[in-house]
Amino acid sequence: MPATPFTIDDLKSILREGAGADEGVDLDGDILDAEFDALGYESLAMLETAGRIEREYGISLDEEIFADARTPRALIALVNEQLPAAQAV
Amino acid sequence: MNAATVVTGLGVAAPNGLGLESYWSAVLAGRGAIGRVARFDPTSYPAQLAGEIDGFVAEDHLPSRLLPQTDRMTRLALVSADWALEDAGVVPDTLPAYDMGVITASHSGGFEFGQKELQALWSKGGRYVSAYQSFAWFYAVNSGQISIRNGMRGPSGVVVSDQAGGLDALAQARRQIRKGTPLIVSGAIDASICPWGWVAQLASDRLSRATDPGRAYVPFDDGAAGHVPGEGGALLILEDADYARARGARQVYAEIAGHASTFDPAPGSGRGPGLQRAIEQALSDGGTAPGEVDVVFADAAAVPELDRFEAEAITKVFGPRAVPVTAPKTMTGRLYSGAAPLDVATACLSIRDGVIPPTTNTSLSRHYDIDLVTGPPRDTPVRVALVLARGYGGFNSAVVVRAPRD
Amino acid sequence: MSAAYGRQVVVTGIGVTAPGGPGTKGFWQLLTDGRTATRRISLFEPSPFRSQVAAEVDFDAEACGLGPQEIRRMDRAAQLAVVTAREAAADSGLAFHTLDPGRIGVTIGSAVGATMGLDEEYRTVSDGGRRELVDHEYAVPHLYNYMVPSSFAAEVARAVGAEGPAAVVSTGCTSGLDAVGYATEVIREGAADVMIAGATEAPISPITVACFDAIKATTPRNDDPAHASRPFDASRNGFVLGEGAAVFVLEDGESARRRGAHVYAEVAGYATRSNAFHMTGLRPDGKEMAEAIRVAMAEARVNPEDIDYINAHGSGTKQNDRHETAAFKLSLGEAAYRTPVSSIKSMVGHSLGAVGSIELAASALAMEHHVIPPTANLHTPDPECDLDYTPLTARERRTDTVLSVGSGFGGFQSAVVLARPDRRKR
Repeated sequence: MPATPFTIDDLKSILREGAGADEGVDLDGDILDAEFDALGYESLAMLETAGRIEREYGISLDEEIFADARTPRALIALVNEQLPAAQAV
Repeated sequence: MNAATVVTGLGVAAPNGLGLESYWSAVLAGRGAIGRVARFDPTSYPAQLAGEIDGFVAEDHLPSRLLPQTDRMTRLALVSADWALEDAGVVPDTLPAYDMGVITASHSGGFEFGQKELQALWSKGGRYVSAYQSFAWFYAVNSGQISIRNGMRGPSGVVVSDQAGGLDALAQARRQIRKGTPLIVSGAIDASICPWGWVAQLASDRLSRATDPGRAYVPFDDGAAGHVPGEGGALLILEDADYARARGARQVYAEIAGHASTFDPAPGSGRGPGLQRAIEQALSDGGTAPGEVDVVFADAAAVPELDRFEAEAITKVFGPRAVPVTAPKTMTGRLYSGAAPLDVATACLSIRDGVIPPTTNTSLSRHYDIDLVTGPPRDTPVRVALVLARGYGGFNSAVVVRAPRD
Repeated sequence: MSAAYGRQVVVTGIGVTAPGGPGTKGFWQLLTDGRTATRRISLFEPSPFRSQVAAEVDFDAEACGLGPQEIRRMDRAAQLAVVTAREAAADSGLAFHTLDPGRIGVTIGSAVGATMGLDEEYRTVSDGGRRELVDHEYAVPHLYNYMVPSSFAAEVARAVGAEGPAAVVSTGCTSGLDAVGYATEVIREGAADVMIAGATEAPISPITVACFDAIKATTPRNDDPAHASRPFDASRNGFVLGEGAAVFVLEDGESARRRGAHVYAEVAGYATRSNAFHMTGLRPDGKEMAEAIRVAMAEARVNPEDIDYINAHGSGTKQNDRHETAAFKLSLGEAAYRTPVSSIKSMVGHSLGAVGSIELAASALAMEHHVIPPTANLHTPDPECDLDYTPLTARERRTDTVLSVGSGFGGFQSAVVLARPDRRKR
């Protein structure tokens, strides 16, 4: 289990691996507050992303709360909230 | 009554040529691509040869968003569809969406993708199964993905009848064109060269166990002992002839003039295999007399009994050595549902260039009274070609490909 | 329009093997009682999975007449298909042995093929997922038949003695409608006079359950399996996986009349369209399904007011039921509000590729009995699903024309119109 908190770089690599990147979207640009939809990630891509995060970090993301995390910033915060709990176990 | 269904574009992904002209020049040169399996280590398996496509880099052709959700056969299919559309001069955005459909055949779906996910499930657990598994391995995936990529909202479909399916898909496309959808992307691409696909194919007991690539897949030869599997196939743009003319199609390769499919009688019925009926009915459907056929693209199972059935069916319909017979698939291996659409594409090029490509590696057994084209390609005008395909379990299909009427 | 195809195609035999009751009779009884056949999965231990409910068939292959060899070589889906095809053949009263076998064909729909057999055999040859280079020494001899589901059509063809065109149609969850549509077109074209057409699916295996878990398409309502499938209800949260088969004997109408056959319905119109949008997602407007419905109605030469019953796809996912409701309004206009709709998936679950044929069987039986099967578990309608979904109890109603629709992964949208053949002037 990774010990460091979940960062934007972690998220980007999971997105790239699990869903690729839309042409015309620069994931290395300032995307923290962009909506996933605008970045080209529809619900299926987000489900794959959620699955990968859950597996890699050993956490469980609540479905509705996850769906409300519409930007990288919100999702990173959500994952980091869960992480200490997972690591304490 | 019915306008003709014509072929206006070809997209080819074959082991001996990626892209139409590269494939065609390989075929005319008799250049095969059968070799030891490179995708995985085949040492532990009794069959070790395949016709693999080298040098296909999906990233060069497809957006990265599509890669995590696609099996190899879907990537090859998407790219082949692009090539076929380009060859036909069709820009899908510029045509009404309901005027275009996609009807493909499938053999085993995205089997390699399926292996990966089955492995994740059983070695790690259900949570490790990808969100894309729900469609990436299913038989309908190529039709779905091609329709999405190209905005085609007309009738789409998927036919599975093992190797015969490649022709049945073209026939189904022709039905939709006759019903009023003027353009259908049709054909098939298969690719299941992965350990799990290999083991499943071995169970058919039809894979060649030879180790010499030059002698491993030799239909109609006394040494025939099974086939070598390959990957790839072809996608074709089929159109209503009037529609193609009206949009100013840059070429019409040929007409899909006739089709029939049959199923073999149960063993012991006293009736012979269904291939001959399929040939006769396809010719009759195409209003074609046996004497008009210039070349037969054989199914070429390379299983002695099946070779005999096919040679006999051809001889009965056409007479002994009365029509040239060829099997360029000896260069690629059997591509399952992709094989017959590739043969139809090859027939289109035969018609275009007036040449019959050869069957390689085979020396014709004296038991078969057919005119098998071996050695160099045979230069001769080709107006009508007959393409045959058979599927495991008893499926037979035949398609008549005819030079365009001017 | 099908100007080129003048032949009328009619249903003269029906076979159904569905959850909750054996045979066509048991099936219809379940539907008209409004009972549900959904339960906790028993075919394997479901506790590791998010969704643990399904509509299973209590299927005894041996009791249904299959021999030990047949049982060994066939995946459960093939077994269901063969047994069900035999029921349909017997029901048709057609003397198959007197026909030219070359004029009898077969189309069987299936979305995921022999997935149960593949899942099981993979486990064996991979030693529980431990071997990447799976071991052929442990493979069963019929593994190739699992790999390529055309084996389903081959088994059915052998079972009924068909030697005409045979194929499996695999268009995801519209396969069951598309297989019947395909067969209808083959008869109209003249390539066969009789088609054994239908669909089968036996997808209740760990890999299928896991892949729907991953996209949260199936319901997690594990604490109340009997009420887990809730199409059009505000509380719906995913579909319930099902299994089963339905097979029809389709005949050229002229020869069916000549032999005095009982005719259930004419397959009067069929169309399929693609949304070209997303492999699993649906656009809320339902435009492409509406187009399929319009084309099928035009082929059948019926108007929206003529439709007496709509057998909906009604899977019970949030997006499907709204999508479909929109499609009905778009294609039928005001008539959509006056036409009873129902989803039998509330009772027999969603058997993927098979369900289209199972729903067509329900549609034909609705015409036969003038009874509309209900949507079970529909207590609190979703405000966005505001049509008449025939909640809870079956309804008697004169039924001469039925529309049955389906929607599937890959973007497929299909519609079939069944009509009473003597009702329409040709």
